[in-house]
Amino acid sequence: MTTATTRRRGLGRFVPAVAAALGLSLVLTACGGSDDEGGSGDGGSGDLSVTFLPKNLGNPYFDASSTGGKAAVEEFGGTFKEVGPSEATPDSQVSYINTLTQQGTGAIAISANDPKAIGDALQEARDAGTKVVTFDSDTDPEYRDLFVSQADAKGIASKQVELIAKAIGDQGKIAILSASANATNQNEWIKLMEEELKANHPNIELVETVYGDDDDQTSFDKTAALLQKHSDLKGIVSPTTVGIAAAARYLSDSQYKGKVALTGLGTPDQMREYVKNGTVGSFALWSPEDLGYLTAFAAKALIEGEIEGKEGDKFEAGKLGEYTVGENGVVVLGEPLEFNKDNIDDFNF
Amino acid sequence: MSTAAPAAHAAPKPSTGDRLRKIVQARETGIILAFLVVLAVTTAINPSFLFSKDGWRDLFLTPSILVVLAVGQAIVIITRNVDLSVGSILGLVAYATGRLFVDTGLPVPVVLLLAVLLGVVLGLVNGVLVAFAKVPALVITLGTLYIYRGIMMSWAGSDRINASDIPRDLLSFGTSSILGIPSLAWISFLVLGIGAYVMGRTRGGREMYAIGSDPDAATLYGLKKTKRTLLAFAASGGLAGLAGVLYVARYGTISSGAGLGIEFEAVGAAVIGGVAIFGGSGTLFGAAVGAYLLMTINRGLPILGIQDFWQRAVVGILIIAAIVLDKVLRERQHKKLLAERDAA
Amino acid sequence: MTSLIHPSDSETKQVARTYRDHQRPLWQRILFSRDVAVWAALVVVYLYASATVPFFDRPITITYLLLDVAPILLIALPMTLVIITGEIDLSVASTVALASVSFGVLYDKGTPILVAALAALLVGVVCGAFNGFLVTTVGLPSLAVTIGTLALYRGIAVGLLGTTAVTDFPDTWTDWARGRIGESDIPSIMIPFAVLAILFIVLLHFTAFGRGVYAIGLNEGAARFSGIRVERTKLLLFVLTGVVSALAGIYYTLRYGSARGDNANGMELQVIAAVLLGGVSIFGGRGALPGVIAGVLLIGAIGSALRLADQTADVINIVTGLLLVVSVVGSSVLGWVSSKRRRRGGPGAQSSATSPGTSAPGVPQSDTDTPVGEREREDR
Repeated sequence: MTTATTRRRGLGRFVPAVAAALGLSLVLTACGGSDDEGGSGDGGSGDLSVTFLPKNLGNPYFDASSTGGKAAVEEFGGTFKEVGPSEATPDSQVSYINTLTQQGTGAIAISANDPKAIGDALQEARDAGTKVVTFDSDTDPEYRDLFVSQADAKGIASKQVELIAKAIGDQGKIAILSASANATNQNEWIKLMEEELKANHPNIELVETVYGDDDDQTSFDKTAALLQKHSDLKGIVSPTTVGIAAAARYLSDSQYKGKVALTGLGTPDQMREYVKNGTVGSFALWSPEDLGYLTAFAAKALIEGEIEGKEGDKFEAGKLGEYTVGENGVVVLGEPLEFNKDNIDDFNF
Repeated sequence: MSTAAPAAHAAPKPSTGDRLRKIVQARETGIILAFLVVLAVTTAINPSFLFSKDGWRDLFLTPSILVVLAVGQAIVIITRNVDLSVGSILGLVAYATGRLFVDTGLPVPVVLLLAVLLGVVLGLVNGVLVAFAKVPALVITLGTLYIYRGIMMSWAGSDRINASDIPRDLLSFGTSSILGIPSLAWISFLVLGIGAYVMGRTRGGREMYAIGSDPDAATLYGLKKTKRTLLAFAASGGLAGLAGVLYVARYGTISSGAGLGIEFEAVGAAVIGGVAIFGGSGTLFGAAVGAYLLMTINRGLPILGIQDFWQRAVVGILIIAAIVLDKVLRERQHKKLLAERDAA
Repeated sequence: MTSLIHPSDSETKQVARTYRDHQRPLWQRILFSRDVAVWAALVVVYLYASATVPFFDRPITITYLLLDVAPILLIALPMTLVIITGEIDLSVASTVALASVSFGVLYDKGTPILVAALAALLVGVVCGAFNGFLVTTVGLPSLAVTIGTLALYRGIAVGLLGTTAVTDFPDTWTDWARGRIGESDIPSIMIPFAVLAILFIVLLHFTAFGRGVYAIGLNEGAARFSGIRVERTKLLLFVLTGVVSALAGIYYTLRYGSARGDNANGMELQVIAAVLLGGVSIFGGRGALPGVIAGVLLIGAIGSALRLADQTADVINIVTGLLLVVSVVGSSVLGWVSSKRRRRGGPGAQSSATSPGTSAPGVPQSDTDTPVGEREREDR
């Protein structure tokens, strides 16, 4: 009796853990199969596998850039893959970079969640022969081969200042609804916007910058708080696609609709409704699809050794034509586009 | 703890009952006072916080989703359990609602009903695991927090639901008002009213207090503990599902981050509102006021000139202050009861 | 937490449990322990993934795996002790962030880096002591207290740094945090981890203090009457958790070269999931450190294998959750089945009082067939 119960007890503890392990094995088997077909695992450079690693998955902006990247990779006959974390944090991005280093992908196209925190992991990937192209959001220059910029920061900042100045008649109080407090891009643009306002628009006063964390709900609630706190606010600039859409949604059925101007960076698909119903006059953005497309071609040029990322290097980017690498290994996509109710129906992303 | 529990109604002696009722009332009066103070101070600094159309609307609209979650959470906590998966249920149900609108032509009420049912089912999964496998709710719901969120994310992938996919009627309902108070707030009041009636006045509700207050005594007394636990989790899941629907109506856009981390706010609201974390005591009304206090402070801080980065710190201080206050009140009450007994 | 969520521990069952472990020979006790089961699961996963997932068998996998899980490994050590006493600490990830931010801010202001590191550890001590004070001196439930301090510490961390992140730490320090021991594949951080692990294993499993920790978790009242200083023990454990979390925060900062308020967001859940998976009972009184270490590595290895198999974060979330639920529910259900079978089989009331059977982790112990024991198990 004693031994029997003893054994049973032992099993009672042992079986669940083993069962869990076996269950996992099944999951892994399912995954392992799909990987074999990928064929991206040859390790060396020269294989045209390009992996896109956006800030986080489920973000329409990065969906668009990955779509462009995929189109480009298919055009030049490489292998495309997209991986990424569910939340936009640098530490989770590091795990994915490490994984790609192990798999030996040809190039990583990454939008950085932190300019420094992912640097070391990228360096290791490069030491293993992987090319690194940052797009949309850069790391410190020493950690990557190239940065494909959506437009230079100054151009983006002055475009937004221009739009808001036009919308509010070049005077009054404005506020900024940004992404997360640590977002590299947004912080740089905000700094440049402040300088631009001070230099050329003395009658516009920037009263506050708030952070919606690139989260719909937070951005929505922050817009509400902003309007309440500054009853004489004339305009809001939101240099992030999530922020501007949430702010537009709040404004469109509030008493401020049409009274408080809203502009910033947004995608035409998300903003179409609000442009048409008069909540938003105009906003700006580059084409994220083109950004992904250019990034993929830059990665290809690096893998094939056509360029090294030095200033003055030139490469072909399919339908977009020829691009030249600028200072610090930066390639600029072009000027941001301005969207308003006259042209918004021409765009679809 | 068990003594503080069943508020006035189940207390054996009327004299003790009156005393208990006073203390319970004092607990909630305190939160209401805190809420009014926050409201008064922010309004004094910026009148539009209260006296503007949008200010008035947001006062009720912002907390309404959290109120629904806090009511569900309070029911679970009263039975001496906890449900950490509500944020994930909210997100999964909100996404499912959006998908139903996109993929099927079902009428809005049917979709909403299905959505709430999905919430009930997800809640029942928690309930079954807790009640039958006899595993602590903290562990189970921590697990389902991961699982439900993972299911939602792998289902959603990068296909998120945009406001343009949601029927216009539902979206305009989400921001509409009836008698000057937002429709969503009316729904949360309705939920609170029904919940408070069930928990306070019906046999089933009182049994939940009894179970949370002293599980052994409740079982000895013959209460159906398994059934009540299942019901509590089903209620919490269903309400989280309803919150998911309200989320769709209010925000329109559903990304994979919907409801992320809101479980801590729901537990926080209940605790601030005087629902004891170890069961058997507190009211749904208190939890709802806790939700109002939490959200109003969140909105008020920027107006008070405190940078919004500090909001979480203030929420933390509030939760700690609330449980310390509870403890002090309970000890004072305990001493009173002892004194009473000694005098008798 | 036991004392609060589960305050009605009856004293009879505790007595039975103490004897039971010594009924069988030592080799059986070791072989059939939960610890060995978790290690076996880890080995199975490792071998299976090595065979089926491309690139998993490379040594570099282990390096990355250990670098990734190091903070969780570190915090799991004191957390195990805290949970064994029946308490819980949800504020660890926020303590990591607050220590990381304090470290960064001080260093940024020109404080020598060693002093900044010591100050960050001190912040950890203060965080832990505050939790411990509220739990022991004020007598509040640790679940509620640490939900509060989870928000509070994170709020201070985010508030202190606001929009900025401190980077630019000296290379000698960051290189060490990312470096490996000599030519091996083992990261340097494993040296302090190994030292701490040995210290904690000795403390928990080979000292009177450690036996006190178990005693408190099994029955706080009985422990107090037998002369264990319950409050002091718990306070010390919370302080240890705070200081080790701060150490993990410094490591985190150096490894990523970045002090940010959102560092380690959500890590508390990973730590607790790993500890419970490692066989520690949430009711307290049960569990051992070797199993916990295997639990952390198991979750890490699975995440690493799934990423290498090109799975996204959502699948990893689902698997982590399932693993937690299955491991707890599984042992509970098996325990229930065997107790049913035993009861049907034997009218031997005496043997059932001391017989093995239902000691699955996560289930309140019910060793007697009396109604009291039966009711006990229905608690959460």
